[in-house]
Amino acid sequence: MTDLLRVEGVTKAYPGVVANSDVSFAISPGEIHALLGENGAGKSTLVKMIYGLVRPDTGRMLLNGAPYHPAEPRAARAAGVAMVFQHFSLFEALNVAENVALGMENPPPMKELASQIRKVSEEYGLPLDPARMVGDLSAGERQRVEIIRCLLQDPKLLIMDEPTSVLTPQEVEILFKTLRQLSSEGTAILYISHKLEEIRALCDEATILRRGRVVATCTPRERTAREMAELMVGAVLTPPARVGAAKGAIALEVRGLSVPSPIPFGTSLKDVSFAVRRGEVLGIAGVAGNGQDELLLALSGEVRAAQDAVQIDGKGCGDLGPNERRRLGLVSAPEERLGHAAAPDMSLVENALLSGAIRKGLTRNGFIDWGATEAFAATIIKEFDVRTPGTHVAARALSGGNLQKFVVGRELSQTPSVIVINQPTWGVDAAAAAAIRQAILDRTAGGAAVVVISQDLDELLEIADNFAALNEGRLTPPRPVAGLTIDEIGLMMGGAHGMEVAHHGS
Amino acid sequence: MLRLEKRPSPSGFWQATTPILAVALTMIAGGLMFAALGKNPFEAIRTIFWDPLFHEQFASYSRPQLLVKAGPLILIAIGLSLGFRAGIWNIGAEGQYIMGALAGAGVGLAFYPAQHWYIFPLMVIAGALGGWAWAMIPAILRTKFNTNEILVSLLLVYVAQNMLASMSIGMMRNPEGGGFPGSRNLSQYPSAANPELIAGTGMHWGVIAAFMAVIAAYILLQRHILGFQIKLAGQAPRAARFAGVNPTALVVMCMGISGALAGLAGMFEVSGPAGQISIDFNVGYGFTAIIVAFLGRLNPIGILLAGLLMALTYIGGELAQFMLGLPAAAIQAFQGMLLFFLLAVDLLTNYRVRIGTRKEAI
Repeated sequence: MTDLLRVEGVTKAYPGVVANSDVSFAISPGEIHALLGENGAGKSTLVKMIYGLVRPDTGRMLLNGAPYHPAEPRAARAAGVAMVFQHFSLFEALNVAENVALGMENPPPMKELASQIRKVSEEYGLPLDPARMVGDLSAGERQRVEIIRCLLQDPKLLIMDEPTSVLTPQEVEILFKTLRQLSSEGTAILYISHKLEEIRALCDEATILRRGRVVATCTPRERTAREMAELMVGAVLTPPARVGAAKGAIALEVRGLSVPSPIPFGTSLKDVSFAVRRGEVLGIAGVAGNGQDELLLALSGEVRAAQDAVQIDGKGCGDLGPNERRRLGLVSAPEERLGHAAAPDMSLVENALLSGAIRKGLTRNGFIDWGATEAFAATIIKEFDVRTPGTHVAARALSGGNLQKFVVGRELSQTPSVIVINQPTWGVDAAAAAAIRQAILDRTAGGAAVVVISQDLDELLEIADNFAALNEGRLTPPRPVAGLTIDEIGLMMGGAHGMEVAHHGS
Repeated sequence: MLRLEKRPSPSGFWQATTPILAVALTMIAGGLMFAALGKNPFEAIRTIFWDPLFHEQFASYSRPQLLVKAGPLILIAIGLSLGFRAGIWNIGAEGQYIMGALAGAGVGLAFYPAQHWYIFPLMVIAGALGGWAWAMIPAILRTKFNTNEILVSLLLVYVAQNMLASMSIGMMRNPEGGGFPGSRNLSQYPSAANPELIAGTGMHWGVIAAFMAVIAAYILLQRHILGFQIKLAGQAPRAARFAGVNPTALVVMCMGISGALAGLAGMFEVSGPAGQISIDFNVGYGFTAIIVAFLGRLNPIGILLAGLLMALTYIGGELAQFMLGLPAAAIQAFQGMLLFFLLAVDLLTNYRVRIGTRKEAI
């Protein structure tokens, strides 16, 4: 028996949804195994079972041939299973060594721990200063804290959940080197992602999940990305169609925009300048936490700046609030759906009113026309295929993808002349993502100027005409997408943050 | 094992039922307490809830008291509920009530003994302004210096109480009062009086103002964009900013409305039921109104009913003290139980109780 971990016929059902149904797969020591699937395909539930966060209803798991049923993550860690989560669990106000110590059962004295961190970080080409405050680290560096925390436990199996969503292409390369080194030393890696090129570059085997079932296994190097995508989605994909729209006059111009971040440990914007014409999409890339949220706030009007720093159709509006900018034709969709773009406990009707009141004329002398508001909500639901029992459902009862369709739909349905969207397809399945991108392109063809902020480079390259990147609050000059190489994009995003020295020896 | 599970949407059934359940539980727990004090619990409960309205001997006195007591409670609670919904915690309505009374009485006393039709309307405006101005202190301190409005508004209650004491023995003391503390009796000065409008009902202008406030607040919250913004700011502050709500303006508006309504309540009280400024003029309406606001779950109609219920326990409580010899502290504990049980059963609206073992943490 050579398998490190065997999963046999595992099923897990939640009320109303079967997350995993009769899932089986195996990993041998040193293997890099990809778990591939769309959002909601059951990848997270599966790894949570392996990590002891969720218990399977039926089926069994074997680790080194012995039954393995961890009751809690502590038991999983004791058995040699470690996990790096997509969302970090770090305290920003503590330093690296303190954060690592908090995740350990019996942390050694700080001094010793710091030297251990240094040793491991050098060994695996992940430079990290144990004394630095986590709040000052980039997303890539924060991920290194999590990885080193796992490596200090000397794991036999390392689970990584969507590790590259916060990295620049150069940082991804460095991470892959580290993972390959671990694999050559016999550590098995379970790698969860929906990014197909990465999986082709890194993984030995792949298990593809769709709606909770294993639909295929393959050797990624032998398949094309398109073949795997179609296995994952279970349908033939059609990329969004672009209509070459005539570029019009400049609709949104930002000149020397500098604002301090209203968010603790946020990134201030420094001298950001760009212009977007009608019928044009500007894609703004960047690793999370480099000023994306702040840029959206400054464009939507939630954060004010100098009057002429932001201009809509040549009219200075940097000092105006969100509603005045909506009157000028600018709509925006923030990244965080619950609590920012939508009020969780309010109905979809009330949430339609939230940003639609001005441009849809839903109030008269301040009195709300609930009939028109409900009709507006119903239109969004119909046109953007939002799956909900009705308009009077609370926003928090919708799944993430459905709420995202509602929020984006609400903004796009207001006949805007300028559209600003942060992470338009975050957490949305492939079909819905394609629909949202198509809707954005349709509005662009209709003469809107669009700014899309996204961490998904493929998405930006697909829909954007011009490309710029945010790096520590600064925006690179926009460049036409046509002819950009992935290396150039990586450098625009800041290269590998302070990591050029890594992997000298390897 | 019992455990709580968050409902995807709040339950309409429990939203309507929890106040009734809370009153029932209060009666049971209160009855046990009265029994422990050696009183007949059934008699005590009947004395508190039934006798004030239907007792053949006392009802003629206590029935009008219901509106007299409920009026200011409802008026103040309506104002507070707007702020509470927006997450703005004005705890100092008692102080704003006193300042409204002082301002209103001050205007009335300044005209004494002239008789003009416009004196009472001027007093109404002055009362509202007095409460409004007192509430503006915590509002401006919060918006300019980010101070905590809970502390500032609460501490200003004690300042207002000292102002009241100083006024009733100083500037506003009745020159013909033989040196006793307290102002002239406004209810005996026709141009400044707030009389009982329909004999035997307790209905005065303050009660009418309270009913109007209920209707206005209901329309504001259901139909007007400002009401929507108030709810939004309380539920999801970041979404409120996205929706273009100006947090500073909202604080100033909510504090201003609650202060003005508390001031009005004080002004109607001093010119009507109380009649004069005196050292012990305030009897805690401003604090009880906080309970009323929550008992009515910050809903105007709910507050109307809660105000009447709270007034009933006050009158019934007094009746029970004097008929059955129950200690005043027992009545206060009884009122406290009401709020306690309401908040305790309130979570049934948002959570459901599941019996069984916990399965997992996800």
